[in-house]
Amino acid sequence: MRAFAALFEELDTTQSTNLKVAAMSRYFREAPPADAAWAVYILSGRRLKRFIGPALLKRWLIEEAALPEWLIDESYSSVGDLAETIALLTAGTAHSEASSDDTPLADWIEERLLPLREASEDVQRQTIAGWWRELPYRQCFLLNKLLTGELRVGVSQLLVTRALADVTGIERTELAGRLMGEWQPGALFWQALHAAESPRTDPAVPYPFFLASPLEGDPSQLGERDAWQAEWKWDGIRGQLIRRAAECHLWSRGEERITERFPEIVDAAASLPDGVVLDGEVVAWKDGRVQPFALLQQRIGRKKLTAAILATVPVEFLAYDLLELEGRDLRSAPLRERREHLERLLAQASPLLQVSPLVTAPTWEDLAAERADSRQRNVEGLMLKALDSSYGTGRQRGAWWKWKIDPHSFDAVMIYAQPGQGRRSNLYTDYTFGVWRDQELVPVAKAYSGLSNPEIEQLDRWIRAHTLEKFGPVRSVEPSQVFELAYEGIAASGRHKSGIALRFPRILRWRTDKPAAEADTLANLQAMLTSTTGAAPDASHGSS
Amino acid sequence: MPPPLVTVTENGLYCPAGEFHIDPWRPVPTAVITHAHGDHLRYGSTRYLVAEPGVGIARHRLGMDHHPTPLKYGERLQLGATTVSLHPAGHILGSAQVRIEHKGQVWVVSGDYKRQPDPTCEPFEPLPCDVFISEATFALPVYQWQPTGEVVEEIFHWWQANRDRGLASVLFCYALGKAQRVLAELRAFTDETIYLHGAVNILTDVYRKEGVAMLPTMPVTGERKTDYRGALIIAPPSAAGTPWMRRFGDHSSGFCSGWMRVRGNRRRRGYDRGFVLSDHVDWPGLIDTFKATGARKILLTHGYSDALARYLNELGMAAGALETAYGDEEQQ
Repeated sequence: MRAFAALFEELDTTQSTNLKVAAMSRYFREAPPADAAWAVYILSGRRLKRFIGPALLKRWLIEEAALPEWLIDESYSSVGDLAETIALLTAGTAHSEASSDDTPLADWIEERLLPLREASEDVQRQTIAGWWRELPYRQCFLLNKLLTGELRVGVSQLLVTRALADVTGIERTELAGRLMGEWQPGALFWQALHAAESPRTDPAVPYPFFLASPLEGDPSQLGERDAWQAEWKWDGIRGQLIRRAAECHLWSRGEERITERFPEIVDAAASLPDGVVLDGEVVAWKDGRVQPFALLQQRIGRKKLTAAILATVPVEFLAYDLLELEGRDLRSAPLRERREHLERLLAQASPLLQVSPLVTAPTWEDLAAERADSRQRNVEGLMLKALDSSYGTGRQRGAWWKWKIDPHSFDAVMIYAQPGQGRRSNLYTDYTFGVWRDQELVPVAKAYSGLSNPEIEQLDRWIRAHTLEKFGPVRSVEPSQVFELAYEGIAASGRHKSGIALRFPRILRWRTDKPAAEADTLANLQAMLTSTTGAAPDASHGSS
Repeated sequence: MPPPLVTVTENGLYCPAGEFHIDPWRPVPTAVITHAHGDHLRYGSTRYLVAEPGVGIARHRLGMDHHPTPLKYGERLQLGATTVSLHPAGHILGSAQVRIEHKGQVWVVSGDYKRQPDPTCEPFEPLPCDVFISEATFALPVYQWQPTGEVVEEIFHWWQANRDRGLASVLFCYALGKAQRVLAELRAFTDETIYLHGAVNILTDVYRKEGVAMLPTMPVTGERKTDYRGALIIAPPSAAGTPWMRRFGDHSSGFCSGWMRVRGNRRRRGYDRGFVLSDHVDWPGLIDTFKATGARKILLTHGYSDALARYLNELGMAAGALETAYGDEEQQ
């Protein structure tokens, strides 16, 4: 684990992508195969389920550090990360690791950590406290991150495959495919990654998703309108629907298997011939039109899919693309060709599988006019795809663009603030905003992002100097600072005091020019409910 | 109970029996100064008392027309009804604790201090006293300092690795104290010339005049095109992100501060590297120091003073927080 901890440190302390790739390549070359496989597993964003809950770890830390609980809490709230707080309080200060234990990463995970799941609490405590005492700082921090199941490394999948391509000599897109789906880290996997022929045998394995980049400015910069396909940007769950070996599988963009969440789509996929893979969007569909994401969300949150919820939130799969036909990988064929196959294929399939319709406006100006109606259609804008493009991997710029509409915005007053997590742990960065109902400010949104670092620091100083009351880590502040907030969607909610729930609220601007009295009212926001969704969804759904 | 020897007034810490202020934040007749950082040494007072090794820096800060009164460490002076002496605090060159004796009672005001060795100044000297007024900048148990030698070695290796990649290394340090400490500590690894930002350069000259041994230095000047690839440049954090930085081209940036102990701070600051090097006392140092003074009461100024006071109370030590206007140069 020593070498992996050093790699983690290196990745954590450089901003240069070339250096990150070089560091990973070096690690992959030098590490034993099983360690390299586990490293790929962790670096590509997969997580081991947490071993120990934070409450237990904190209790053991209080005993180990021999400090009062409130002081541990104070330290934790200043650091913002439990794994790091533990390392800071137990591991000593020296970074030097020369004499430390050099057990390989794979052995740490397979022989030490995984068996810990079955151990008694007492054994867990003794083992972990022992590690805390013995491990040097970096390894102790990494271990705690593994224990809490929160280990995240600041590298993209693209960088990991770049390093792997460098080490294995195999093409990046092929490697991305080999990393998809479910696999067991170990020496065998590492060897399979090097194999000249694709080792794909599991019919459930999806292709890597191709992602669009945001289009800034005018689409005429893309050239001739004729060379581009335009579709609506649906507000649902991007998914890959696989029909192979008489089985059906549905994967989300986050590479999560969501087959069980949408039984009707999986049933519908049985109407497809074998050896077909579709890329598309799962959307809530009712009364012949797509419904707001808020409705779909009610279904995502359910543990059990009852007949009632299936009836309340019916779904459809809107297919964008055809990646595989008759077991043949179509991804390198041009989009216009894939689209023809797709239309022909779905003409014969279940009506729950629809081709995402084209927006046929003949000029960029006409297209812009169509886009202006996005909100009435419950879509987020347009997707523009080059007709001669192949289906790529990840976010490669140039062939696919998302041309989103500007978000809704309103002005709200900051009423509460609390410290952030991680890198923002000793700054007040999590804010609650309110809008006016009569003489009262009603909380409507929490937002964390949107300000520049200097603004955050300035606001932090302001918050400290204008605190009205402290409730634990939360401070109520003088209601005088106005912010313009943007959001993607709005829905009625019985869970919120304001009666509305905003999707993805974020700060657009600090309106230092505006007095608090001129912020928006709750009535303004409620009016948005009806104007954006056609009709306000039944409020009782929101309270579930 | 005898009346307190030191209280907080609108002008700063005040000793009524001696009729003098300590590090006042407004002009007063007599100011006893613990050290020359801007929040402790301010303009406008009539008379300044400063530890002898710090006179050069104090004059530099106040202007050459000022003549602060030098006091040797340990030298006793009558002020009003009190006996006052200055003792090394180990914070920066010329930093001092203020010891005040009156009718058999002894109070000590620490100013800023640290317990780690520092080649640029005399080491902190624990003084037995009744009441100890301490700083509390880093008074949380997560703040424990990495051995200095190891940090300096990390700085040196970072610089060498950047050189191998053809990059300049820009190390941001507070211009008074931290920068000179790094220049002195790096002598263990090299005898190369280090480039300095103007603000650092002036103060480094003052240190050199006081006889502090440091690496040879060169000011960064605008006059001729120097190739900074492979060089180490020391600059104050205020220079980060300014046009002044452009001359270095591709570079790696580092920041020296006790706050760099916490990953969130390192990432938020946006420097490539954070080095845990502080001129303030860490958590174990605070506790050790309080024990060493044998004080019956601890009063805490700037920093996490509430948390530390509560902890000391729970340990059975009388402690409280004092509201002062002192800041934290390591944030800058």
